[in-house]
Amino acid sequence: MNWLVFAILFWLCAWAANVAMARSRWHDARVVRIVVPVLFGVTILVLWEGLVRHFEVSAIILPPPTAIAARFAAETQVLWEDFVQTVLKGALSGYLMGCAAAFIVAIAIDRSRFLTRGLLPIGNFVAALPIIGIAPILVSWFGFDWQSKAAVVVVMVFFPMLVNTVQGLTEASAMQRDLMRTYAAGYWQTLLKLRLPAAMPFIFNGLKIATTLALIGAIVAEYFGSPTRGMGFRISTGVGSLSIDLVWAEIAVAALTGSVVYGVVSLAERAVTFWHPSQRTRN
Amino acid sequence: MRNLLPILAVLAAIVALWYAAVAPMNIWQALDQAEREGVAVTPEGARTRSETSPFTLMLENPSQISRGYALDRPRLPTPVQVAEELWSSTGEMIQRGRPMSKRGLIYHGWITLQSTLAGFALGTALGILGAVAIVYSRTMEMSLMPWAIISQTIPIVALAPMIIVVSSQLGVEGRGLPKAIISAYLCYFPVLVGMTKGLRSPTREQLDLLRTYNAPGFASFLKLRLPSSVPYLFTSLKIGIAAALVGTIVGELPTGAISGLGARILIGDQFGTPLAIWAALFAAAILAGVLVTLLGWLQTLTLRRMGMHT
Repeated sequence: MNWLVFAILFWLCAWAANVAMARSRWHDARVVRIVVPVLFGVTILVLWEGLVRHFEVSAIILPPPTAIAARFAAETQVLWEDFVQTVLKGALSGYLMGCAAAFIVAIAIDRSRFLTRGLLPIGNFVAALPIIGIAPILVSWFGFDWQSKAAVVVVMVFFPMLVNTVQGLTEASAMQRDLMRTYAAGYWQTLLKLRLPAAMPFIFNGLKIATTLALIGAIVAEYFGSPTRGMGFRISTGVGSLSIDLVWAEIAVAALTGSVVYGVVSLAERAVTFWHPSQRTRN
Repeated sequence: MRNLLPILAVLAAIVALWYAAVAPMNIWQALDQAEREGVAVTPEGARTRSETSPFTLMLENPSQISRGYALDRPRLPTPVQVAEELWSSTGEMIQRGRPMSKRGLIYHGWITLQSTLAGFALGTALGILGAVAIVYSRTMEMSLMPWAIISQTIPIVALAPMIIVVSSQLGVEGRGLPKAIISAYLCYFPVLVGMTKGLRSPTREQLDLLRTYNAPGFASFLKLRLPSSVPYLFTSLKIGIAAALVGTIVGELPTGAISGLGARILIGDQFGTPLAIWAALFAAAILAGVLVTLLGWLQTLTLRRMGMHT
């Protein structure tokens, strides 16, 4: 009973605090904008812990957050090994290759209006397809190690990135391009000084979409065969052997990785496209 | 329609590349098969050949290249082989009067479609409710929005086996619900973002005008915010349904499902029948195309009835 009462009390207090902060004069202050969502997240964890403990939910169905944290701390070695295998070797290398390839192809086809008009609709269509299904094929082509995971990631991130880059390259207006021409700028000068900077918001949009896709691709590809390490491997075997807290620890690693990478890309975006209206601060 | 010619040209180029890739991809298998049949092959023994580059093999055994285009279990099937497999598991089933046979893709596509639509409905409802909450409550906006973004950086597929096991332990019958939950998770976010944008799209003046009419808050929601969010809603629905399909297929991939397009891919992988994988993949692609196109039509139709230009 104690746990349930505590969890609900905590929830009510946190909610009241959040409402008070959101309505206060300082609702635009940086601290408040960070504290409110953090408090919301902590509330969910406390509710989770309280409900699991009160109703004595079996650890096989849903372990409490503290148990997951304990497992996380105990298994850092394994988790780090899986992180290296899945994220650094599989997802990151595939992400870099796929995004670079899409970027180069986008710049190559950009010179031809014909190719752009043909590839853009196809790329848009392919980007909406469940490409993830190609994972078993690529695993059988490239073997069980990280190369096949990188290949899946390359295929998954290529089209969203291509579509966004091509669209971004058309962003500079005719007026701006004419201005460059009056400066006697050549194709490459126009590309480097005008069109690529103008395309940056789109390129970063593609990069952000690709970060999530890269993690998804690398993890799912491991369900189809992997060496005896990797996050996807650990998750599928962990579910099989009912060590659910380890699975949740892996999920926590995946979530942390996804959020951190997304945050890094967002910071880079802010640094590169500081001029864009969406990056302006409110005051 | 002026894009038709470039699209066809690019498609033709893709098919040509595909055909060209079949020869080097399948040359090892083709030569192994030829050797078993007693044909003289230049480097003898599968072991030595597996260390030789495919192009050398093609140069030294030019007569055997065509064999790679007619293998039973090719590493890379030709487009025609895929189309034949697709036809034999859909069209032929109808001709034989058993369209819903479990050996055909129509049955499996139907299973996948059901979960996709259930997840899509659930995700859309969640997304719209969340957007309304965000637009009307600053507390909700400040606490919910960052988590909505973070939730999308979490690879849900990591949770997929988890959701399936937990729901089966909780006594949920069948796999429909867990798959729907995964697709709902993937599809609610675009709807949430699009609807938030859409519900906020009325201008200050329009909202003020309603206030001068003394319209209560609910009326301004029903008559101004909701209608003006419809174009945004449809755009995000098109992204959402594609995401929902991905979610369903991912939900079918791990932990041994037996029905659904994702399960066909999994079974094709386990039994070493690449043609079945490719056919299921293309069926999934066709399903995605049909769903997005249908929503596009619905969008044009609705917006025209509402007097908005598309």
